[in-house]
Amino acid sequence: MSGPARMEARMELVCPAGTPATLRAAVEAGADAVYCGFRDETNARNFPGLNFSGEELAEGVRFAHGHGTKVLVAINTFARVGEVDRWRKAADTAVACGADAIIAGDIAVLDHVATNHRDSVRLHLSVQAAASTPEAIRFYAETFGVRRVVIPRVLSVPEITALNKAIDVETEAFVYGGLCVMVEGRCYLSSYATGKSPNLNGVCSPPEAVSYDEDDKGMAARLSGFTIDRYAPGEPTGYPTLCKGRFNAGGKTSYLFEEPVSLNAGSLIEGLKKAGVTALKIEGRQRGKGYVSEVVRAFRRAVDAVEAGGDAVEIDRILAGQSEGGRQTAGAYRKIWR
Amino acid sequence: MNAPAPTPRLTLGPVLFHWPAERLADFYRRIADEAPVERVHVGEVVCGKRMPFSDPCWPDVIERLERAGKEVVLATLALPATVRERRSIAELCGDDRMVEVNDITALPARSGRPFVTGPFLNVYNEATARFLAAKGARTICPPVELSLAAIGGMAAACPEVGFELFAFGRLPLAISGRCYHARLHGLHKDSCQFTCEQDPDGLAVDTLDNQAFLAINGVQTLSNQVQAFCPEPRVLAAHKVARLRLSPHTCDMVAVAEAYRALLDGRKEPAAVRAALSALDLPGEMVEGYAHARPGWMTEAAID
Repeated sequence: MSGPARMEARMELVCPAGTPATLRAAVEAGADAVYCGFRDETNARNFPGLNFSGEELAEGVRFAHGHGTKVLVAINTFARVGEVDRWRKAADTAVACGADAIIAGDIAVLDHVATNHRDSVRLHLSVQAAASTPEAIRFYAETFGVRRVVIPRVLSVPEITALNKAIDVETEAFVYGGLCVMVEGRCYLSSYATGKSPNLNGVCSPPEAVSYDEDDKGMAARLSGFTIDRYAPGEPTGYPTLCKGRFNAGGKTSYLFEEPVSLNAGSLIEGLKKAGVTALKIEGRQRGKGYVSEVVRAFRRAVDAVEAGGDAVEIDRILAGQSEGGRQTAGAYRKIWR
Repeated sequence: MNAPAPTPRLTLGPVLFHWPAERLADFYRRIADEAPVERVHVGEVVCGKRMPFSDPCWPDVIERLERAGKEVVLATLALPATVRERRSIAELCGDDRMVEVNDITALPARSGRPFVTGPFLNVYNEATARFLAAKGARTICPPVELSLAAIGGMAAACPEVGFELFAFGRLPLAISGRCYHARLHGLHKDSCQFTCEQDPDGLAVDTLDNQAFLAINGVQTLSNQVQAFCPEPRVLAAHKVARLRLSPHTCDMVAVAEAYRALLDGRKEPAAVRAALSALDLPGEMVEGYAHARPGWMTEAAID
């Protein structure tokens, strides 16, 4: 589909479903599509208590399809040497459950789906594949029949506009939730400190590596013994996500990589639509159903308002409640972030 | 009956840091004359903004290295963004020399002709390795977080490719759209003033408790510690490792190459090689956790 035709279509709201309960909550709150993963290392949110068995996915697909909502299954880690069949079987199961699309980043998984399931499921390129140029995206489209690319969070809105003019596949952009500062799929910081990483294990800065240690200076939040941040006595503590910590470099102490912020590109929905983006993605498969309901409902209203020609003030008002008291950023969508 | 495995070869990886053209020219002159490495990767990988500074020096560097009998590999950018950066990749991929692919962007331009994949390309399993081999990959240097066992598993299943292990240097751990050198200096990437040039081995990033941890190099984040994996040759042979990659630093890289050459030739024990390396002016402590499927920062002594 060419650029102008894409712009006329209604933007799709893609929402996180970490559990069967949040899947139902997201569907009922107005998601156009939900994304989820299996309860193992084949997906990049491999946390205890999250994700789906095959049976739960089949049931979730039935529920979602009954409400006109699509289900996208993330098989988006990198298959382990000698165990590639586990990743292939996860894809087979997703297809058997009636998934509308598989989100994958590993060539091994993409190749398997393209070879065996090309006619029965769409392929979306995971952000973990970090395809940010027309050449890379065309490669995945032509080689594996990829229909949609989740855009790496390094591009500004004008760059996304230019990218969409140069490619023939849909794009999906993150608009809300956790924010990776590094190019996703190409970051090994977590395994350097803890031995576990997004690509290998589907986790980043994993809870089992975290400690909170109190001393005379206050509280230190550590990851495998490395101090990621410190808090004065009585100060609320945060989770030691490696790239959101404070460090000493060049004689300065700072949040060198990024402050403990989350992404909120709600004010850019209209800009992303004009840039030719097909789908807006909300991060947060690790979140509970109350959070998911609330965020999805707000973004549903915001997207509908944008589609109806609503102005920026109205969109801001709809999304005003979605800050959780935490700090937010529009990330790389605004060029000055770099 | 299996023939004895050939001795692994030594590769000098691309310089990851922003070295002035004169420094690059001096460095490669000495590598050409003195370093016992078979292959030398040249070119800018980390930041396209540095290319106008280093580009003029490459023709002479390449000529000098080839005259000295080195195989030259042209490295390409890991995170191309601008039209100029993308064009540079296409141009390098058209060269008759071997090319190092560090982003899928280069693959269509190089497909069907031989290439090396660098540690910035995600090759985690034998199926991906075979796919890339069919496109022309001859050497694969997997991401640094993969263990020796994982690399050996790929090598056993994909004998048509030579696997290269990142053996020496600060480990490339992440790349970003944001420039941390610029951010640290209160600047933005687009008007960065090239402050990364002040740190020819990267700038140390310590924790608030002054633990050595990471290093920044413009848009790249590396380990503060220096990978210095010195396995016995029989261990490399058992895992079918074809090459060891040495990543350039300001320390005496000829001495580094000589130490590894002695290791591979069986002239020096691993302990003696480690001792030789530790006597050099390294930018950080020597570690090798990743090779053992442990956290990357772990030292040889800490691994049980």
